[in-house]
Amino acid sequence: MTTDSERVEVLIDGTVLHVAANTSVAAAVLNHGGSASLPSRRSGWTPLCGMGVCWGCRLTIDGQANRRSCLIPVAAGMRIDTQPNGSEPEAP
Amino acid sequence: MSSTASEASTYDLAVIGGGPGGLAAAATAAELGARVVLVDESPALGGQIWRQNRSRVVPAAQPWLARLEAAGVELRLGTTVWQATPPGNLHTSQGPIRARQTVLACGARELLLPFPGWTLPGVHGVGGLQALVHSGLEVRGRRVVLAGSGPLLLQVAASLTSHGAQVLRVAEQAPLSRLARFSLGLGPGKTWQAVTLANPRFRASSWPLEALGTERLEAVRLQRVGGSEILPCDLLAVGFGLTPNLELPRALGCRIEEGAVAVDEHQRSSVRGVFAVGEVCGIKGAPGALVDGLCAGASAGGTTIARPLLRKRDRQRRFGRLLTRTFSLREEIRQLARSETTLCRCEQVDYASVAAHPDWTSAKLASRCGMGLCQGRICGAATQALFGWGPHGVRPPLTPVPVGALFSHDIPPPPPASRESRS
Ligand SMILES: Cc1cc2nc3c(=O)[nH]c(=O)nc-3n(C[C@H](O)[C@H](O)[C@H](O)COP(=O)(O)OP(=O)(O)OC[C@H]3O[C@@H](n4cnc5c(N)ncnc54)[C@H](O)[C@@H]3O)c2cc1C
Ligand code: FES
Repeated sequence: MTTDSERVEVLIDGTVLHVAANTSVAAAVLNHGGSASLPSRRSGWTPLCGMGVCWGCRLTIDGQANRRSCLIPVAAGMRIDTQPNGSEPEAP
Repeated sequence: MSSTASEASTYDLAVIGGGPGGLAAAATAAELGARVVLVDESPALGGQIWRQNRSRVVPAAQPWLARLEAAGVELRLGTTVWQATPPGNLHTSQGPIRARQTVLACGARELLLPFPGWTLPGVHGVGGLQALVHSGLEVRGRRVVLAGSGPLLLQVAASLTSHGAQVLRVAEQAPLSRLARFSLGLGPGKTWQAVTLANPRFRASSWPLEALGTERLEAVRLQRVGGSEILPCDLLAVGFGLTPNLELPRALGCRIEEGAVAVDEHQRSSVRGVFAVGEVCGIKGAPGALVDGLCAGASAGGTTIARPLLRKRDRQRRFGRLLTRTFSLREEIRQLARSETTLCRCEQVDYASVAAHPDWTSAKLASRCGMGLCQGRICGAATQALFGWGPHGVRPPLTPVPVGALFSHDIPPPPPASRESRS
């Protein structure tokens, strides 16, 4: 188990950041100044529920699209992309 | 699947949800000798109230975690149950789980209703903001307004303050007269009274009218007695109470009454072998969820429920009904959205396009409302509150899963042994 003071290195949109271990990806992105949503022309994809219900926090994590970032803790070396790769996210 | 593999994975009891209700049910049943598996989609136990993050669980949860461990409850965390058939065939994101009985302890979610500006970054649910803070969101020095309804507003305001946020306003739509009766009903010395009276930022009969801002939230306009006020802020937390997570209970065929799973005095649902505890069978708070869990654990473990516990449970149920009466929503809350206000956030459907339809099914077919990733969890509950629509049936998967997972395992047949023929 990790303690609060430990930090892990993650890549948010290509920028290297050191964030506290035990932070959710959604919180890490918000702390970094992002909105933890795909900033596309669609509005309202913001983290509303914080608990896996609304999917407003969907992000691409380690290349996997549509991950609910509020449910996923940061991990060393994790790649987090808040930008859509020029396409709409995959439908379920 | 080979028969040895399926036998090995057959439990006496599967508990879905690791909040107070699920923890108490799992520990109690396991201590009575049952082989129990506890499944939660979050990476940490504790549910909505006790979960902080992976390494930190609030002290109140510690004894329960110790009991789970001592009793040998198997944990499947980070595991979403996306479909279930009675009594305990669970299809999860990590493969199938089979059990002779199930306890539904899947809790509630916040009721989130549309109002102008609610899609701006910086606007979160009340519980949502708290969950984000628990998982590391920094709020020190940030100006926060909380608005909507329910005891959660004040609890979260206190929690945000302790994390260094500057809480500017707590706006509760219920009128003061009802809140006063609620305080009286709780008896002397209860925290609600103390907290309400002591909080100079608290306003009754006040609710959010509009979130203002261009790129992100800049201010909020609140209704207040005799007019409205505009408060510049960094974060707005809005929630209109809790609503039970009924997807799994519906999939299992449990009878729903007044928006919650109907249970008998043993916490049994209408479906044999399926129990329900906590918020999923009626909003009543964490102490009530714990008591439900103790009762269900005893029933599922094959013993009778002690009388004092039954009395406690009845008291908690009465408290739940008092909560519902106190914080019932006023008509104005249902009129907040404008025609162009987004109602379905996933599919970007506005209020007018949904309101034009006579029911949920036709609104869904014509507008795609409720057909996005959240599968109508937010807008479905909203249309139920706004227009009285629903309940809508569930079709698997309850939660979008990668297509591969649908084919990675077979749906196991119902287990042959019933609870009665066991032992
Ligand atoms: C957002 C939110 C914030 C809250 N904050 C507070 C607070 O600050 N103070 C307070 O006193 N009360 C709070 N409450 C109320 C309090 O959480 C409840 O009274 C109490 O936690 C109820 O316990 P429970 O066991 O019924 O369910 P919960 O504690 O809600 O636990 C349900 C669990 O089930 C899991 N789950 C749900 N569906 C699935 C599935 N399909 N597959 C796998 N797992 C699943 C969830 O991850 C969750 O951990 C909050 C409620 C909500 C919804
Ligand atoms: S914030 Fe709602 S699913 Fe993550």
